[in-house]
Amino acid sequence: MDRMPGWARQHLAALRALLVLTVVTGVLYPAAATGVAQALFHGKADGSLVDKDGKTVGSAIIGQSFTDQEGAPVRSYFQSRPSAAGDGYDLLSTAASNLGPEDVVDTLAVPGAPDEGRQSLLTRVCARSKAVGELEGVSGARPYCTPDGVGAVLKVFPAVGAPVRAVSVNQSCPATPFVTAYQGVGVECGRPGEDYSAGRTVPVRGGVTRVEVPADAVTASGSGLDPHISIAYAELQAPRVARERGLVRAEVEALIRRHTTGRALGFMGEPAVNVLQLNLALDKG
Amino acid sequence: MSSSAAGLLFIGSLLVALALCYRPLGDYMFRVYTGAGHSRIELMLYRLVGVRPDGEQRWGVYARSVLAFSAVSILFLYGLQRVQNHLFLSLGMKPVEPALAWNTAVSFVTNTNWQAYSGEAAMGHVVQTAGLAVQNFVSAAVGMAVAIALVRGLARGRSGTLGNFWVDLVRGTVRILLPIAFVAALVLVAGGAIQTFGDHFTWATLTGGEQTFTPAAAASQEAIKDLGTNGGGIFNANSAHPFENPTSWTNWVTIFLLLVIATSLPRTFGRMVGDDRQGYAIVSVMAIIAIISIGLTNWAELSASGTVPQAIGQAMEGRESRFGVSNSGMFASATTLTSTGSVNSFHDSYTALGGGMLIFNMLLGEVAPGGVGAGLYGILILAVITVFVAGLMVGRTPEYLGKKIGPREIKLASLYFLVTPVLVLIGTAVAMATAAGRSAMLNTGPHGLSEILYAYTSASNNNGSAFAGVSANTTFHNVTLGLCMIFGRFLPIVLVLALTGSLAGQAPVPASAGTLPTHRPQFVGLLVGVTVILVALTFLPALALGPLAEGLL
Repeated sequence: MDRMPGWARQHLAALRALLVLTVVTGVLYPAAATGVAQALFHGKADGSLVDKDGKTVGSAIIGQSFTDQEGAPVRSYFQSRPSAAGDGYDLLSTAASNLGPEDVVDTLAVPGAPDEGRQSLLTRVCARSKAVGELEGVSGARPYCTPDGVGAVLKVFPAVGAPVRAVSVNQSCPATPFVTAYQGVGVECGRPGEDYSAGRTVPVRGGVTRVEVPADAVTASGSGLDPHISIAYAELQAPRVARERGLVRAEVEALIRRHTTGRALGFMGEPAVNVLQLNLALDKG
Repeated sequence: MSSSAAGLLFIGSLLVALALCYRPLGDYMFRVYTGAGHSRIELMLYRLVGVRPDGEQRWGVYARSVLAFSAVSILFLYGLQRVQNHLFLSLGMKPVEPALAWNTAVSFVTNTNWQAYSGEAAMGHVVQTAGLAVQNFVSAAVGMAVAIALVRGLARGRSGTLGNFWVDLVRGTVRILLPIAFVAALVLVAGGAIQTFGDHFTWATLTGGEQTFTPAAAASQEAIKDLGTNGGGIFNANSAHPFENPTSWTNWVTIFLLLVIATSLPRTFGRMVGDDRQGYAIVSVMAIIAIISIGLTNWAELSASGTVPQAIGQAMEGRESRFGVSNSGMFASATTLTSTGSVNSFHDSYTALGGGMLIFNMLLGEVAPGGVGAGLYGILILAVITVFVAGLMVGRTPEYLGKKIGPREIKLASLYFLVTPVLVLIGTAVAMATAAGRSAMLNTGPHGLSEILYAYTSASNNNGSAFAGVSANTTFHNVTLGLCMIFGRFLPIVLVLALTGSLAGQAPVPASAGTLPTHRPQFVGLLVGVTVILVALTFLPALALGPLAEGLL
């Protein structure tokens, strides 16, 4: 080895160092960690799986969808948050929506065209709010949302100066625009396929003051696997679940409390209700 | 308790815990890097590597050792991904495509952990544990080694040598990272993180849907990913995934892990230069910048400004219920103030100003407290620039810790500072000027620019987090971001070591009445000012077109 040139010696040492450290940190470390973890916390290390009638039905720390084949909510179950992981709660493609705070303009679907358009984050929020409101029998209204559940957003032309034209871009014709006029100019519905990008974007807040559908019910989580919902969302759903199952509302409320995790040590995180465990408890009766 | 009070307690308890660890961990690392003895296991490792542990290296040899180790690491990791279908425990994963394999290899070796792949869909057990996680350890140890070498250069008089890279690498890995990571991994499993080399299996959900279990050695990887300020999650959802970060208290633990080494290293620095007050001054600078940044980010997120957050009523898009808005914001601040880049919530959906603060954190050069090692050498370079600026004001030759900052030193320090702006601004400009670069944007308007700016900032500063809507798995972005990561890591390292060489060769000059004391609040204030102003002047135009335009219009 001493007859090798300096640079070659250095790279050989580097390679040997990498291989040695690979054995230490890449083989021994994970093997030892797995050994001890499996011995001490077997169930948790394997994913906190939960059974029903002897069959695995999920993981206590992974959320799932409680919807039927068509994707409609099963009314006797508490519903999870929206999910951006695959078609919903898919462990093989965990993801968030990654849409930004000013993502408010949809691309409307052109009838008959293969492209289905694209919903902005605002429209997704509005549509979910409307759907949850209808399911739970409360108002789904929110600021910046139209009554038909899309983002209340105008494109105003020209971008600078007095408006001569205003379009409610997220309301596909022949929908009735959520306002009739903007600064004296009549508002049109959005025509699919037309490019409105040159206009000025004007989101319209509207007069909604009381929002009844909680924030977590209308937003996708970070992982797409959020096992929890807020206490507010659980309480919103309690009357429906009690009605569907013929239970007294107080019983359902008690189950919600039993499956609520408070803040760790009183100050870490937010209180949250585990949806799968709550639904399993309901099924057990 | 209200959410904001709980959030304040969460932040406060982390600061207290870190302050409590400052002395014991800093002193321990001091003993690790200055102790003369070798354990029997280490002697065996040195024999296997084929190096003499007591041979001191000059800066050139030290730098070439770093580069050789990193080059071999990139090739090895690239190869491992390309043949993973032939390996056992590969979970049926296909070989990783060449451009993506290059990007990922560079990403993990440079301590960036930018992830253009989805962990659960692309990587089997062997690539994760014996490839990616190994780099989580050794890239962190490399950063610490370079920082310690710089400190030796400041502490030693006219020696010309800075220690032995192989010893620093092995000791950092075996004596610091490995024991802490092992304990942390078990703590995470106790919270519910998974740790299994099993296989995929499927179950039927309550309503008859289907879910597939994704097996992984998640806890062991999560522990070192945070401790080593790496950030590469075993799953695509990173620390938002319940299998990686299952509870609100494991969230606290992971944030603690990603800050603890970087905030304790100034103590090690103070001990090595023989003046604890110097360490307190440096850690104060880090704390001041960090606390202001954490406060601003939390304020922006809790105020939920912007159209969609206002419609929602709370900035909950991309956040987990168990963490909530405030703790998510704390994690995001910590991950960008260090070079970690793991995420427990998705930054693309942050409010405009909250997301802008995260970009600003990285643009600071990740010095508050920064990546393990990288943060310390970053802030020491800024300290050198600060004494130079102060020297200009009073017309004296600047000195730092008894070492004269002459033309050669200040040139090297300035070049160090210029690397990041060149990479970030040119990288972003090239991406925005080409169709291949622009096509990666998910959002439109200023937010789209923010996505690209974030990507090049993250890669050039070796952070690794993203405005994750950006579709970076294209040949264009895999190659250009890979180059940013390589240059953003190794140019600064070579410049730091060159500076170290010239500092180590100098005999210390005794302090005089005209020497600027570098342990007083005056210097702390100056250093904070220089850090923030340099970055603000450099990047304000780019920030104005992205997050500021989005947040203020």
